[in-house]
Amino acid sequence: MEITLEFLVFLVLAVFICACSILAVTTKRILRAATYLLFVLFGTAGIYFQLNYSFLGAVQLLIYAGGITVLYVFSILLTSSQGDKAEKLKRSKFLPGLLTAVAGFAVCLFITLKNQFISSSFEHGELEVKTIGHALMGADKYGYVLPFEVISVLLLACIIGGLLIARKR
Amino acid sequence: MFDFSIVTSWIHGVLTSVMPVGVAVFIECILVGVCLLLAYAIIAIIMIFMERKVCAAFQCRLGPMRVGPQGTIQVFADVIKMLIKEIIVIRHSDKFLYNLAPYVVILASILAFACLPVNKGMEILDFNVGVFFLMAASSIGIVGILLAGWSSNNKYSLIGAMRSGAQMISYELSIGLSILTIVVLTDTMQFSEIVARQADGWFIFKGHIPAIIAFVIYLIAGNAEVNRGPFDLPEAESELTAGYHTEYSGMHFGLFYVAEFVNLFIIAGVAATIFLGGWMPLHISGLDGFNAVMDYIPGFVWFFAKAFFVVWLLMWIKWTFPRLRIDQILTLEWKYLVPIGLCNLLLMVICVVFGWHF
Repeated sequence: MEITLEFLVFLVLAVFICACSILAVTTKRILRAATYLLFVLFGTAGIYFQLNYSFLGAVQLLIYAGGITVLYVFSILLTSSQGDKAEKLKRSKFLPGLLTAVAGFAVCLFITLKNQFISSSFEHGELEVKTIGHALMGADKYGYVLPFEVISVLLLACIIGGLLIARKR
Repeated sequence: MFDFSIVTSWIHGVLTSVMPVGVAVFIECILVGVCLLLAYAIIAIIMIFMERKVCAAFQCRLGPMRVGPQGTIQVFADVIKMLIKEIIVIRHSDKFLYNLAPYVVILASILAFACLPVNKGMEILDFNVGVFFLMAASSIGIVGILLAGWSSNNKYSLIGAMRSGAQMISYELSIGLSILTIVVLTDTMQFSEIVARQADGWFIFKGHIPAIIAFVIYLIAGNAEVNRGPFDLPEAESELTAGYHTEYSGMHFGLFYVAEFVNLFIIAGVAATIFLGGWMPLHISGLDGFNAVMDYIPGFVWFFAKAFFVVWLLMWIKWTFPRLRIDQILTLEWKYLVPIGLCNLLLMVICVVFGWHF
């Protein structure tokens, strides 16, 4: 098979994502794990940008890299101190953990190999924002207005719950 | 109007005539990256010089005068000093995160910087979700600041980072709302398209009252977003020594410093682009002769003139007002700016629906 620039970019991103994922679960310090997770999310956003789906890439950067990771780092900053390290894994927990991991890996591998992928219909050019907006707000067959509204109600409930907990009596 | 895409397409043509397309694109990417970094550094140097001169003018001083004519070489001397300073290693600090943090901040800053359209056909990142991407890119900087504060193993740094994080997350909301107000008016998020729609009048004139309110909110929130002006709590030197970059020395401190100044330029550049027309000359519909004369001034001159005008406004604010307390900062954002921004967004929607704009 011929090596194109796109393939090389994908290869670099894939290696980057894999390496950072492994580092994120093997490091002993929790803030480093959060940082490696941030890199994994960057790599995923990079793949979206490579697919020319810049909306999803920007959402990935804004929500996950800029939002969720900041939330993680904030809560780590507030709860743990500098010297904190993960506890060493106990021997009794090692075997069940290993079994679960192998089983999970086997299921993923089985599904990936078994699945008949539909032939890729890759279109060059960006997706119109208007299309995304209409899909997000549409109430017809492929519209997402119900999930959108349900999520907003959920977030509103979260805000009110947070205020109730944090309120000074 | 001078169209810069003539130059880029010429370079592309020359490169593709001697090598395969993949290699040509790769070389072009590297060229663009080098130009971007050069422009970044030059703008940082200009901004630092301007800051010192403007500060001096507001305090009835002259500012740097000794090195070079009117002190123009002073900043280059400072850069060389910064480059040859030792980078101190802090004991009991997380070395990896400590060294990484300045680069995360600078990465976010460069990504946002690459979105600014400087001239016609001279945009580096021009997605159709450009405004959204810019906000996403600039939100990464918070992670860098939090990491810097935490990994320095110093309580001043940590408090500074926490304050900075709280402040930047809060004020990002107001920036988003005020930009959204203009997006409602333009019905596009692509920067080149936003500029092109301002050919018959800048949005601050076309959107009249809601656009002016959004502009003022944007200036206040933008000043807070880059931790400057009356909102420089994260590095309030009288209480926190230097905030999150207390423990940094040499070029690591330099990177934070440069990122802060270029972030100020980015805020001003975005304000110039979405409110004041970007590289679009001042056009008044009906006066064709006047418009033709204005078109002779190249676009990048217009862009930089507008951007540096906004920078000057923000510096004026910074050197005029005293610093706020942290609770006052958060009150200002959550109890005043966000509700005003939301009402303003509604007002703009009503204006657009009834066609009350120009």
